[in-house]
Amino acid sequence: MSDLDRESIHEGGARVVYRHRLPTRIWHWLNAVVILVMLMTGLMIFNAHPRLYWGRYGANPDYSWLQIGDRDEQGYLRVGDQTIGTTGFLGVSGGQGDQTVDTAFPGWLTIPSDYDLALARHWHLTFAWLFVAAIISYWIFGLGNRHIWRDLLPSRGELTPRHLLHDVKNHALLRFPKGEAARRYNTLQKLSYLGVVFVLIPVQILTGLTMSPGMDAAWPWLVDVFGGRHSARSIHFICAMLLVLFFLVHIVMVALVGPINEIWSMITGRYRVPAERH
Amino acid sequence: MAGLIARRKLLAGLAVGGSSVALSAWTGPTYNPFFQENVLSVGEWLNYRVQRAIMGNALAQEFPESEMSPVFRTNGNTDPGTPEYQKLVADHFADWRLRIDGLVVSPTSYSLAELQAMPSRTQITRHDCVEGWSAVGKWTGVQLGRLLKQVGLQPSARFIVFHCADNFDGTPYYESIDLVDAFHPQTLLAYAMNGEPLSIGHGAPLRLRVERQLGYKQAKYVMRVEAVTALSGMGGGGGGYWEDAADYYWYAGV
Repeated sequence: MSDLDRESIHEGGARVVYRHRLPTRIWHWLNAVVILVMLMTGLMIFNAHPRLYWGRYGANPDYSWLQIGDRDEQGYLRVGDQTIGTTGFLGVSGGQGDQTVDTAFPGWLTIPSDYDLALARHWHLTFAWLFVAAIISYWIFGLGNRHIWRDLLPSRGELTPRHLLHDVKNHALLRFPKGEAARRYNTLQKLSYLGVVFVLIPVQILTGLTMSPGMDAAWPWLVDVFGGRHSARSIHFICAMLLVLFFLVHIVMVALVGPINEIWSMITGRYRVPAERH
Repeated sequence: MAGLIARRKLLAGLAVGGSSVALSAWTGPTYNPFFQENVLSVGEWLNYRVQRAIMGNALAQEFPESEMSPVFRTNGNTDPGTPEYQKLVADHFADWRLRIDGLVVSPTSYSLAELQAMPSRTQITRHDCVEGWSAVGKWTGVQLGRLLKQVGLQPSARFIVFHCADNFDGTPYYESIDLVDAFHPQTLLAYAMNGEPLSIGHGAPLRLRVERQLGYKQAKYVMRVEAVTALSGMGGGGGGYWEDAADYYWYAGV
C-alpha cells in the first residue's frame, strides 16, 4: 500500500484520500523541529568562526573562500574576491534597543540569541542524535512499506527531458496538478524529496561527524572522503543552506497549493483532492 | 545503570517539556535549566560513551610535513605573565620542574633536560579549536603514559589533571583527561613544536597534546600533573578551566 492511493472516501461531496501514513507524519514534524534547531544552533556555532576553508586545515592566517565579518561597523559577506555589504543582516545587525552586535548571523536566526558557543554545541550535538535516529527510521519504514519505491522514485517516463521540461514549465506558471494527478507527487517534487532524504541529510550527518576529532581517529576514511576536515565543514555549511532553500521552496509551494489542506493532511493523513476543472 | 538513569532523564525531560521546550530555551539568559541539565546532558553522555566504544585505542590521523599549516596561530593565553613565570623564562626554564603527584606510588619531579633525555615521540597532527579553525603542526615530547608508568598509578586513580602556569583574571588554567586518553600512545607532554623548542605563545616549556580532543584540552604551560579519583573537588568541578567558565563539554572528542 502506498501513502498516496490507499483509500478514497467521500465527505460532503469532496474526494478525500488517505495520503500520509503515521510514520511519515511523525517523521515530518519531528524533522521540522529538529532541523530548525540544528540550523539555528549551527548558525551560532558558525558565528564562533565565520570563515570557511577548503582542505585539511584552515585558520585566520589561511585563505578562506567565504567570510562574514565587520569593518568600521559595516557588515560584509565575502565569497572569493567578491565582497558585498550586508549591514543590518550579516556581520553587523540590530541588538537590544538601538545597540548593534557584530555577530556573523543575527540573534533572531540563532539559538541561543546571544553569543554562547557552548550552549549551541550542547543543543546541536544532542539534537544530532534525534536527527540521525529519525532519518534511519524513515529509511527503514520507507523502504519497508514501499513508500519510497512507490511514491518517491520517479518512473523512467518521468525522467525524460520532455516530461521534466513540462514539469518545470508547470511550476513556473504556478499550474498545479488537479484531480487524479494531484494524488501523486510530481517529478520535481519527487526529485527534491529524494535529494533531501538520500543526499542532503546523509551528507550533513557524515560531514558533521568529520568535524569531530574523535570520529576522525575512529573513522579516518571520513576525512579522506571529504578531502579534509575543512572541506567537510564547508560542505556542511553549503548543504545546510541547500536545506534552507528546500525549506523555503517547500513553504512557498504549500502556501500556493493550499496551506490548510496541505498542513491538515500532514497532521491527519487525509488529503482533499483538488477537483479537476471541466 | 547510569545508562538507565540517563534514558529515564531523557524521557522525563521530553515528557515534561514536550516540543515547547525547544522554544522556551530560545534565548540565552532565559533558557530552561531543567532542559539543559536533564536533556542536553544526555547528548554529552552519549557522545562520550559511543565514541569511546567506536574508537577504542585508534590513533588520530598523522600527516606528512607537506600538509603542515604555514602559520600555526596561537589562542587563549599567549603568555602567563606572572613574576614566577617570567623568572623561569629569564633562566631558560633551567629551574623549571614538572611535578607528578596525587594518587601515584612515587611522586616525582622532572627537569626539562630530564624529559628531553627520555625516549620521545614526534607526530604531525591536526589541532581543532572548538570555535571551528584547525592547524596542522608537528609535536615532539614524552608520552604521558611512559611518565605515569614510571611514577606508578594507585588503583583509585581515574583522571589525570594538568595544572598550568597561566590564569584568566586570577583563575588558574587546568585540564583533565581520563585514563584511556592518558595512556594513549599519541598523548604527549610536548616540549617542541615544528622542530623548535616550544614558544611562549604555544605553551613553553611543556604542553599537553591529547590528539583526539579539541584545542581547549591541550593545556599549555603545564607545571604539575596530578592523578585523582574524581574531578568534582577542584576548580569549579567541571574538570577544566573552560568547562567551568563557559560550560564547554568535558569530553571534547566532538
